[in-house]
Amino acid sequence: MTSGQFLETPLHQWHVDNGGRMVEFAGWSMPVQYASIVAEHHHTRTKLGLFDVSHMGRLFFSGHDVDQYLDALSTRRIVGVEPGKVRYSLICNDDGTILDDVLIYHLAAGGSFAAGDEQSDSFYMMVCNASNRAKINQWFADHLPAQSNLQIDDRTESTAMIAVQGPEANNVVASIASIDPAALSYYCGTVCKVDGGDAILSRTGYTGEDGCEMIVHSAVAAAVWQKLHDAAKFIGGGATGLAARDTLRLEAAMPLYGHELSEEINAAQTELRFAINLKGRSFAGRDAIASAMAEKTLPVRVGIELEGRRPAREGCNIIAADPTNQEVQEVQEVIGHLTSGSLSPTLGVPIAMGYIRPQYAVVGTELLIDIRGKSVAAKVVELPFYKRKDH
Amino acid sequence: MKPEELKFAHSHEWAHIAQTDGKQIATVGISAHAIEALSDVVYMELPEVGAEVTAGASFGEVESVKATSDLFSPVTGKVIEVNTSLPDNLEVLSTDPYGQGWIIKVEITSDTSVESLLDFVAYEAICNE
Repeated sequence: MTSGQFLETPLHQWHVDNGGRMVEFAGWSMPVQYASIVAEHHHTRTKLGLFDVSHMGRLFFSGHDVDQYLDALSTRRIVGVEPGKVRYSLICNDDGTILDDVLIYHLAAGGSFAAGDEQSDSFYMMVCNASNRAKINQWFADHLPAQSNLQIDDRTESTAMIAVQGPEANNVVASIASIDPAALSYYCGTVCKVDGGDAILSRTGYTGEDGCEMIVHSAVAAAVWQKLHDAAKFIGGGATGLAARDTLRLEAAMPLYGHELSEEINAAQTELRFAINLKGRSFAGRDAIASAMAEKTLPVRVGIELEGRRPAREGCNIIAADPTNQEVQEVQEVIGHLTSGSLSPTLGVPIAMGYIRPQYAVVGTELLIDIRGKSVAAKVVELPFYKRKDH
Repeated sequence: MKPEELKFAHSHEWAHIAQTDGKQIATVGISAHAIEALSDVVYMELPEVGAEVTAGASFGEVESVKATSDLFSPVTGKVIEVNTSLPDNLEVLSTDPYGQGWIIKVEITSDTSVESLLDFVAYEAICNE
């Protein structure tokens, strides 16, 4: 699994052999791109892209009342969610700041992925960010109820995870899976077979395209990837690296931990209302999040589009624009900062996300972005920047 | 221009030095190796004509989808011409990095800046390290 300093996914050799430019990411050696970032971005939106996301944490839970245990640590309601459903949630500190964003799966038991010894009809698992795997393991372990039989099984290093995204993604996966991913509703998942082996499949993704994500055992991952890749190449898709993954998720306005989400940010600021269920619930950070939502004084997440072609990047200051004053302003008031930014390959314009004082967070508000000392005109726009046609 | 005729900086810029009217004029661009490493160039920020440039110091920026990179001047002098059509035509950097992909022309004011530049063979050797 490891040679040299970094962890390697089961697909590492394939990346190296197929032009992957390998970089360190969260302690793993990962492909940032193969040939061209823009080409990979486009083939994902027009055909399909394959992503090795095996570095992400995969935690399996077993024991009594797992649902209540997870519910108490999750901004999203988990109790009462039926098997077959996947929930996007934030995991927060007691002060409402964000430890991670995760997917929590409740799945009907089946095959070798069922967790624990208990003969249970269903089980829970969680996918977390690679950069937070140790932290999340620790947080969940620290919050195990006393005298419970709950267990956390981190199976990151014995499994692989592959995302297949794009208009042709589900067709390609259907050709080697026991079910058609298109038969799953959005944010639903199931245990099934892929290439004859046990797998977990979910209609989820991080690109704004249709498609699915699969978890398979490490030993079979390279063979599964090769089959998917051959089918993808045949119709004009292909392997997609971390750089294109970033431009794709940015266009879809999906937050990235370490950028839009961090322990410096209260969940209330994120404009992810759908992921926060307050009513009638008690969970870590709940009261701090509820207060922040009521007070509305903290900066909030917005989408920004800039004029011209010059990309702005995370860290750039957002400055209040004064359209009545064409002269250089002596005092430029900083009202926020960017957390992500790039030239959008699909839209052809520079886009960014950032946090801004709430009074400026209105669609249409004119802004200036300070890019290395130069002020560029910009405005607050609706999110997402990109929406696929059938959505 | 052929890369074999050019001088190179460690930071991957190339310079073609020519004598015109008793002055040394450097035409400056970025090497094919650097363009390939950058991949997906989307924007370039160029200096104004008349700007002073110093060998080893930044004279502009090039943006790829992923990141911003400084352009470092291989020579010391004054900018006398800028390739203004380049920012709207960035593919030329990939198709003709040593010809139409030229970025600025500099009237050299310090001879010594040229001495530390590499020839193509030495530059290739660094790239292959």
